[in-house]
Amino acid sequence: MTRSHARKRPVLLTAYAVLFLLFLYVPILLVPAFSFNDGTIVAFPLQGFTTRWYGELSRSPELLAALRHSLVVGACVSVLATGLGTLGAWVVTRYPLPGKAPVTGFIMLPIVAPLVVLAGALFLLVQTVGVGLSLYTVGLGHLIVCLPFAFQVMRSRLESFDDSVLKASRDLGEGRVATFLRVVLPISAPGIISSLLLTFTLSFDEFVLSFFLSSTEVTLPVYIWSQLRFPGRLPVVLALGSLILLASFVLVVLGEVLRRWRTDD
Amino acid sequence: MSPLLVVMVIGVGAPCLLLLVMSFWQQESYDMAAGWGLGNYVKFFQTPFYQVLVLRSIGVALSVCALTVLMAYPVAYFVAFHVTRYRSLWLVLLTVPFWTSYLLRIFAWKVVLGYNGVINSGLVSLGVIDEPLSVLLYNPLAVTITLTHAWMPFVVLPIYVSLAKIPTELLASASDLGDGPVRRFLRVILPLSIPGVASGAMLVFIPTVGDYVAPMLVGGTSGSMIGTVIAAQFGAADNWPMGSAMSVISMLAVSLTAIAMQFGIMQVRSRAR
Repeated sequence: MTRSHARKRPVLLTAYAVLFLLFLYVPILLVPAFSFNDGTIVAFPLQGFTTRWYGELSRSPELLAALRHSLVVGACVSVLATGLGTLGAWVVTRYPLPGKAPVTGFIMLPIVAPLVVLAGALFLLVQTVGVGLSLYTVGLGHLIVCLPFAFQVMRSRLESFDDSVLKASRDLGEGRVATFLRVVLPISAPGIISSLLLTFTLSFDEFVLSFFLSSTEVTLPVYIWSQLRFPGRLPVVLALGSLILLASFVLVVLGEVLRRWRTDD
Repeated sequence: MSPLLVVMVIGVGAPCLLLLVMSFWQQESYDMAAGWGLGNYVKFFQTPFYQVLVLRSIGVALSVCALTVLMAYPVAYFVAFHVTRYRSLWLVLLTVPFWTSYLLRIFAWKVVLGYNGVINSGLVSLGVIDEPLSVLLYNPLAVTITLTHAWMPFVVLPIYVSLAKIPTELLASASDLGDGPVRRFLRVILPLSIPGVASGAMLVFIPTVGDYVAPMLVGGTSGSMIGTVIAAQFGAADNWPMGSAMSVISMLAVSLTAIAMQFGIMQVRSRAR
């Protein structure tokens, strides 16, 4: 793709963009830098190179439990949010509904409310109902935050859905279930995948709601928070953070490569 | 639709209603008897400290919005119009920070701005200063810088998307009709990219006003914000009704500012035409 007016390279703009990347990355790269630092205090000067914090990862039961909780909550929340969001988006994009605008506005509410307010409100609800704080309440909180995103992703995917393919499938003798499995699902698959990825990431990284709604079983960000304020095992947290950074970088690049490979033909 | 709505009514409608009701309950304290009434709101407007917190939160959020948009726009422009071969590499590089832990992104700035941090160590070793500066951390500016960095991907991408959508023919015809680069930017590119700017600014404004982590980690006392106080009311201070009233007030303040901001951005757009 060439833009007709991109005749020469704008030196200033390029230099600025590179500086911008530095601004973006220097603070983030401090995390891996200090994960190899041979000292418990996260401040300069660096004390020397070590990999022992990575070794200690496997000997940190609390951290591993928190990681496990985050993965489980993230998986459940992303599946639930995507399922509910898809249903909602399907109805909104295909049927004329009275009061569609206020209803979709209501669904979007968690995006425009500060999370601390939403967390306080959910905390009140949980306390009033008296179910007690647990990973389930954390999951409920995450679900609420993720639903608008899932709904939005699926809505933009389903908006371009051509109804005639449904009719064609029916005319060719397929039942409802087969039509859903063989027509609807493949067409909405890219949307479903990006909704799953997005909501999982949101849940995995969410802090404030988990902080308000968890009790003794905490998620990874809540565990990290306790270590940031009372640093005892901070370098181990940084080691885990670096691994997560590496994993997400690989995933993003892999996703990009796959996408190009599929569209390049 | 209906299962989604049921979850939203239980998870959003009910709690928000409860919050509103709770804000009119007042907890017994040395200057207040328990009962229904406007006590929490009266207390809020009689306590300058609380009002300062709300104003500071909104001020920090607006600064973060302005900074992110001003810093991100040229980069989005650069990628949309001047990068051809390595565009996906650039987009990946601009997205990856979004996938790193939000807590660690905030924490990293404590290491950058801290007493033995990147900036101080750098300046001392260069001989610019003799003693590390302690003014870098624990103030509203530190919160602003930290959140500007933390939310940057949320702004770059929407602006990039709106810029990339501009048809090339439109730019060519602006040039053919005699517009120079500056006029073409002001009359074609800028107005068409305003929706991206507006949605990016919204994505940044709301989480900044209520942010809890950055004020706690890098804000110190002079940089504390309304989110930290609301959280404290539900936690250590244990005054849920006051926390609810503060939440309602912040919601109103956020909505009004957001509407004003959208209106302002749209004004820019219509002026440019």
